[in-house]
Amino acid sequence: MNRAEIEAKVKDFLINELEIEEENIFPDAKLKDDMGIDSLDFVDIVVIVERNFGFKIKAEEMVGVNTYAKFCDYIENKIK
Amino acid sequence: MKRVVITGMGIWSCLGTSIEEVKDSLYNGKSGIGIEEDRLKYGYQSALTGIVKKPVLKGLIDRHLRRGLSEEAEYAFMASSEAFRMAGIDESYLDANEVGCIFGNDSSAKPVIEAAKIMDEKHDTELLGQSFIFQAMNSTVTMNLSTIFRLKGANFTISAACASGSHSIGLAYMLIRNGLQDVVLCGGAQETNLYSMASFDALGAFSKNMDNPAEASRPFDRDRDGLVPSGGAAALILEDYDHAIARGATIIAEVTGYGFSSNGTSVISQPSDEGCLRAMKRAMEDAGVTASDIDYINAHATSTKQGDMFEAMAIDKLFRGEHALVSSTKSMTGHECWMAGASEVVYSIIMMQNNFVAPNINLKNRDEFSEHLNLAAETVDTEINTVLSNSFGFGGTNSALVIKKFV
Repeated sequence: MNRAEIEAKVKDFLINELEIEEENIFPDAKLKDDMGIDSLDFVDIVVIVERNFGFKIKAEEMVGVNTYAKFCDYIENKIK
Repeated sequence: MKRVVITGMGIWSCLGTSIEEVKDSLYNGKSGIGIEEDRLKYGYQSALTGIVKKPVLKGLIDRHLRRGLSEEAEYAFMASSEAFRMAGIDESYLDANEVGCIFGNDSSAKPVIEAAKIMDEKHDTELLGQSFIFQAMNSTVTMNLSTIFRLKGANFTISAACASGSHSIGLAYMLIRNGLQDVVLCGGAQETNLYSMASFDALGAFSKNMDNPAEASRPFDRDRDGLVPSGGAAALILEDYDHAIARGATIIAEVTGYGFSSNGTSVISQPSDEGCLRAMKRAMEDAGVTASDIDYINAHATSTKQGDMFEAMAIDKLFRGEHALVSSTKSMTGHECWMAGASEVVYSIIMMQNNFVAPNINLKNRDEFSEHLNLAAETVDTEINTVLSNSFGFGGTNSALVIKKFV
């Protein structure tokens, strides 16, 4: 899966499952402040990522993953 | 003691999703029952169910507030929004005042079963997501409504089988009457999904008259073959009379009596005429009325032989020779279970406001126990000032409410 495909999948679940407005999804968008993702959303994101990318997010690996771009980087690195 | 009035109500049922639509269904004796084929494929004995429209909440509530809503909580949100609107209670009122929330609910099968299926497959709670817990608890309705409307008062759920909705009104009434709350949102909610009724269907208590869904629910009729499960939600705003007057609210009815009892017998599924009677008597004593004051009895009668029989015996003991008309709106709605005690108060108030008694449809040949009851087989145009609403449930829980027209 290349970067574009990863981003397409991430965007798709952010828009369709978390109902985040497309205009609020951009590389430097802060997951919490710009996209409104809260701690309970992360519980769902673990499930969605497992379903879409086949691995389980570990909370300790998410330290510093606070923007859309960094989130996609994290997924890209995990499925390399 | 405070007077307790009703200043708002909302309904989301198989008879309609607005007061006006439900009024027309009640007046015209229109059944809300249909067939859900999936139930047979899943293994139910009967595919009959009340057909309840699914609300669309996207756009109405932020997703953070929506994600914990079970099916029945969604229905309850719709009914409660309408009840608040009718009562003239808006966001600014809720921010500045203490409003309680008590609902009847006694199951939330779908999220429980769906979560169990995931656990059986994945064996990992981290793959469940966050919504199931808020949807799966019996208090799903009150926890969600209290959060969505940011309520600050009493916040709990009554689980009392098919009397849950009625007890929730009774308890709200007691809190207000004793000066503990000024305003309480109360009601009942009932899920209708595929999983919701399987264990009830297991008892063989459901009608199998699938060729004639509209004729399947026939309380007091000797040719009945069981009840039809149904659902939705009903909400009422109960309020201290002085408080309602002070804020200029329109009062639509008054709750004047609540009676409860437990059968004291040892068969979990069997009703008791004595238990029903004690609840009715207690409610009427509380209201300071006698049998001759009651104009209409909204019977619990679900269309099962035993249930109808014991209630008919109880009503007969108390009301033979009196003028009170009797009907079971379950003939049209099916058995709305945890919601029924609240929805039937809403239906009764609609009748009270519009001067009619809704028919006990499908009553062609009454059984031997109901022959002395003033059953309304057809719609009766008549003034109703005082209503007795009965609700009885598994385990012998009984509730009766007396509702009066506000004058």
